[in-house]
Amino acid sequence: MLELAVTVSLLLSLILYALTGGADFGGGIWDFLAVGPRAERQRRAIAAAIAPIWEANHVWLILIVVVLFTGFPVGFATMMTALNIPVTLMLIGIVLRGSAFIFGSYKSQSADVQRHWSMAFGIASVFTPFLQGVILGALATGKIHVANDQVTTGFFSGWLTLFAIACGVFALGLFAFLAATYLTLDAKDQPDLQNDFRLRAIWSALALWPISGVVFLAARQGAAALFGGLASWWAPLLLGATCVTAVSALMALWWRQFAMARVAAAGQVTLIFVGWSLAQYPNLITPDVTVSSTHAPEATLRLLVMALAVGALILFPSLGFLFRLFKGNRRG
Amino acid sequence: MNDLFFARSQMAMSLAFHIVFAALGIGMPMLMVMAEGAHIITRKPVYLELSQRWAKGTAILFAVGAVSGTVLSFELGLLWPAFMAKAGAVIGMPFSLEGFAFFAEAIFIGVYLYGRSRLSPLLHWLVGVVVAISGILSGIFVVTANAWMNAPAGFKLVHGKFTEIDPVAAMLNQASFHEVLHMTLAAFVATGFAVASVHAFLLLRNPNSLFHRSALGLALAVAGISIPLQIASGDLSARVTGRLQPAKLAAMEALYRTQTRAPVLIGGIPDDAALTVRCALTIPSGLSLLLADDPSARVAGLEEFPRNDWPDVRMVHWSFDLMVLSGFAMLAVAAWSGWFLCRRRPLADHPSLLRALVATGPLGFVAIEAGWVVTEVGRQPWIIYNVMRTKDAVTPMPGIAAPFFAFTVLYLFLAFVVFSLLRRQFLETDGAVVRPHPA
Repeated sequence: MLELAVTVSLLLSLILYALTGGADFGGGIWDFLAVGPRAERQRRAIAAAIAPIWEANHVWLILIVVVLFTGFPVGFATMMTALNIPVTLMLIGIVLRGSAFIFGSYKSQSADVQRHWSMAFGIASVFTPFLQGVILGALATGKIHVANDQVTTGFFSGWLTLFAIACGVFALGLFAFLAATYLTLDAKDQPDLQNDFRLRAIWSALALWPISGVVFLAARQGAAALFGGLASWWAPLLLGATCVTAVSALMALWWRQFAMARVAAAGQVTLIFVGWSLAQYPNLITPDVTVSSTHAPEATLRLLVMALAVGALILFPSLGFLFRLFKGNRRG
Repeated sequence: MNDLFFARSQMAMSLAFHIVFAALGIGMPMLMVMAEGAHIITRKPVYLELSQRWAKGTAILFAVGAVSGTVLSFELGLLWPAFMAKAGAVIGMPFSLEGFAFFAEAIFIGVYLYGRSRLSPLLHWLVGVVVAISGILSGIFVVTANAWMNAPAGFKLVHGKFTEIDPVAAMLNQASFHEVLHMTLAAFVATGFAVASVHAFLLLRNPNSLFHRSALGLALAVAGISIPLQIASGDLSARVTGRLQPAKLAAMEALYRTQTRAPVLIGGIPDDAALTVRCALTIPSGLSLLLADDPSARVAGLEEFPRNDWPDVRMVHWSFDLMVLSGFAMLAVAAWSGWFLCRRRPLADHPSLLRALVATGPLGFVAIEAGWVVTEVGRQPWIIYNVMRTKDAVTPMPGIAAPFFAFTVLYLFLAFVVFSLLRRQFLETDGAVVRPHPA
């Protein structure tokens, strides 16, 4: 039971990371892709939207790592060994993205230098979430094998498969879609920018359909256990609900109901992660590392669950304060 | 130069880089809060200006600290998977608590930096207080985990497996208190002297600036209070280390032979083969006195321990001396400043004192880096003292030289950018600050 509670906390943190930190990466993707006469204004709107919150949003990732290595130390060690290369590359992306963003916000530099920071911020915002998708995808491929807590399949297994790479592209599309949808609200005082982001949200929502098709087809061969999980009784229900939120988000964007679009988009992303985790469960790394085979001893899990509960009591009101302050409905 | 060497180098380099930002992340919020509090009480605009400009510098330091800290948390597994597989369940707890403390710090620093216009002055100040407290707490939790590596507790080792795990006992291990105290004070010492140094430098160029005079006062208050405490806490650290890790202490002091009336050796060239130290400055019976308050106390030398359990004596001894000398140099400058203060003379009117403050600016960080070398290299060859050897914990991943060089280049570049941005921020805005006594 305790390991299940920790697993659910991990999933919740992952979803919140995607909804917040993922959207910050999405903002970086749109910074990278900013074109047209309003490109500079788009970039400014993106920077203003994420500046006060991105550091807090990023901490979800740190929380995921520390809870993972406390609750599932062997699982963590295995992931960091088998996926050493993509994780290291992702870290370089995280360092570059964060530094370039904060460096670019220093106004005393020449326009030329600031353009370079913007470029670095954009590029790192593309390849970091791509690698995060690849890493999560690799866990489901069944290509990583473990015997006696040792990885036996080397350092290139899993993450170089079609399925993992499709997951990376999917993560990119998902975060781009989330960010564009959120940005329609952040830019509500600038109708032309708002429409730019609205169109980007609609296009990326549409692009998600074929990408998810590819992920689904690749899973058949490339992540058989996951694919098998999708044949369970709950799968059609969840798929139906995901489709409803996806279509609602699209319609809300089309009819400019941006607050509703944000809720629907967040719901869509949440349901995708819930479906993925149900299909992945009980595997942490398919097929050899499971939730029940690698969890820490009771004493650790009990304390961890208590810490998570108490931490949540402090964390959620604080986050509520942060988001109400910067994202709440305020005039002027 | 094998993969173990590069894995250790990468960990050392990542930690050496991150610790600078981590220490400033503890010290700077304290200074911001002090300046803002001074503004609320005195209503002097100079303090508001000061808290705003310190906050601007903190934004960049905090961001780089956050991303480099993320790298470290992953590197625990990327470089030392066997260590994490075994120790994760024992010391994951302080890391998880640190996760929450750091979360609070990140949330409220966003509010603090960008929410000034949206909050009342008092609420804004309180937000700053939360940032400062959570910064201190996250430092405390992480250092607890390191202390456990030096004084492992809270588990039983049965056939190579950790059983009867008690994460609370692990956190409250015997090294926790002195390490936490020493590192927390170090953060204040280093930040206080570094900030004092910047404003002393600018006062030399612009002696009448009220802005820099106020800044120097606050920074010196932090530095001046924390450095004597730090020297005392260093004494405690040495005593506890002598008890818990006698081999580390012997390496720190370059003491090869077990002896009564053990001397303090300053500097010199330790020679592992001859078991002697050449050209060292010697204080007879000094070490016995320091450790046991008794000049004839017996102190264990390295000869008591098998050769393959020795750390690198030269590196540990020289780093230790560098740390201690830096500490006493800072204490001397703080005492000099205190003397002026007692005689009610403005510090800023003494160029020679200002120059001394400029010179001691980096010493807090020199001491922190040297101190971590003492802690970490001094624990070798163990990753968990007397339980697991570092070589048994390293990743099977080949070619660790590649990420080592990649992160080294990346961090050197970041260090250069951060330095030049902060420098530019201070120099360019220097003309625009409050200056009621025009020169």
